[in-house]
Amino acid sequence: MTEEIIIAGFGGQGVLSMGKILAYSGMMQDKEVSWFPSYGPEMRGGTANVTVIISDERISSPILNKFDTAIILNQQSMDKFESSVKPGGLLIYDPNGIVHHPTRTDINIYTIDAADEAAKLGLAKIFNMFVLGAFLKIKPLIDDEYVHKGLEKSLPLRRHNLIPENEKAIAKGKELVTERFVLN
Amino acid sequence: MKEIRLMKGNEAIAEGVIRAGCDGYFGYPITPQSEVLEYLMATATEQRTGMVTLQAESEIASIHMVYGGAAAGKRVMTSSSSPGISLMQEGISFMAGTELPCLLLNVVRGGPGLGTIQPSQSDYFQSVKGGGHGDYKMIVLAPASVQEMYDFAKLGFELAFKHRIQVMVLSDGAIGQMMEKVELDDAVPRWSDEEIVKLHPWATTGKTPDRERNIITSLDLNPVKQEIINQNLQKKFRHIEETEVRFEEFMCDDAEYLFVAYGSSARVCQKAVAIGREKGIKVGLLRPITLFPFPSKELARLAKQVKGMQAIEMSAGQMVEDVRLAVNGAVPVEHYGRLGGIIPAPDEVLHVLEQNFIHS
Repeated sequence: MTEEIIIAGFGGQGVLSMGKILAYSGMMQDKEVSWFPSYGPEMRGGTANVTVIISDERISSPILNKFDTAIILNQQSMDKFESSVKPGGLLIYDPNGIVHHPTRTDINIYTIDAADEAAKLGLAKIFNMFVLGAFLKIKPLIDDEYVHKGLEKSLPLRRHNLIPENEKAIAKGKELVTERFVLN
Repeated sequence: MKEIRLMKGNEAIAEGVIRAGCDGYFGYPITPQSEVLEYLMATATEQRTGMVTLQAESEIASIHMVYGGAAAGKRVMTSSSSPGISLMQEGISFMAGTELPCLLLNVVRGGPGLGTIQPSQSDYFQSVKGGGHGDYKMIVLAPASVQEMYDFAKLGFELAFKHRIQVMVLSDGAIGQMMEKVELDDAVPRWSDEEIVKLHPWATTGKTPDRERNIITSLDLNPVKQEIINQNLQKKFRHIEETEVRFEEFMCDDAEYLFVAYGSSARVCQKAVAIGREKGIKVGLLRPITLFPFPSKELARLAKQVKGMQAIEMSAGQMVEDVRLAVNGAVPVEHYGRLGGIIPAPDEVLHVLEQNFIHS
């Protein structure tokens, strides 16, 4: 098993940290992992993305241009990465702020109303965990107990009190994810 | 069981030098390598091992602090990225002239000038051909993974003291910024003052009645003596060429076509080899781990086996010159590179190889 994932959105949406939690969780489940971020000016607004690879084998290139899964959180990233999903691959996105929805019919597309639902529950700061939940529902690569360990590893000790909240958001994301059908 | 952590390349080498018994780090922040200094500061190295971590006022100050520490027989280092390494060249040349061991890290970004903060491999010439003045060489190690960023800290210091030479770890923004699993080993203790006196009789550890003064200088105005100094340096470089070549081969045994790439480009090519093999193309990869000394003999051997070599670098074509020198016209050698901070994709480099050698 090798899963090649791109997560993309605005800087500040928690794109890099979602990737980090995913990578840590994979590592805790004894997988090979890599995490390659866009870095620099993107962190201060603009777009940010991270390539995460989770594999049973040694990872060759941590830098890719085709992905099994694209997790998209803004329009620019949709424009840039919809075409980068491998045929038969997965695209998950938050429709909040998306004007031009994906049109490909050779991939599986799901939506997650993460921003809206997170705001309703007062969890806007960890809306990225709703998205992570959505992904883990469609691709159950990592068991919950290792996601828990991944959270423990990636959050500093003084933030461990937030782990139950994060897990709640992940669980909620799993409930909310919806398949979207593109009409031919 | 060994400790395993998920770390950035920059953090891994910082942890690596602490565990390699480093005595001092002197540096100045610059993207994409600032995490090295940040990690060392956050780790409070002075409390942990007694290692000094110091943010100098500039890159020029940093390299001369390294010069001083090395003269005293200490394990010392600096790190920077391309524009900062350019500033250090004078100090590096002086250390070459005085045969002082040190560890240098360049997390390369695109140039020339301030260029970009994105990854590049355009400092190959500067590192391998001598960026400073005079006839000198450094040992240049090119990590292709976060694990190697960690491993090359200890290896770098070992080689530096074994040959009394500067060791440059030539990384790039991609390897520095990405996270991978790292297996950590046990720490090597820092040398005591007594050990330094015993191990490095050349070091300026304070004159004792039983020996002459140790003088560290690159100046000798007598041309006859200066020629001998240079000849001895060259002898050392030839010895290093004979004994310290390191490389990794990936699917080379039956290869008809060969990628030659180092650092993050080699990772991209490894994936390209896998894609190529699926398509039935017998392609392999030779990854130089030492850029000086370069694996010329191995490339010359492979030139008798393959129909063509495709160098892949994030530069306009620097390492490819050494590949061409190694094969000396035996097979065609082509270059492909992306510039200015762009990393080529695996299918892109495979396509180039196919165009150059198979569909041509």
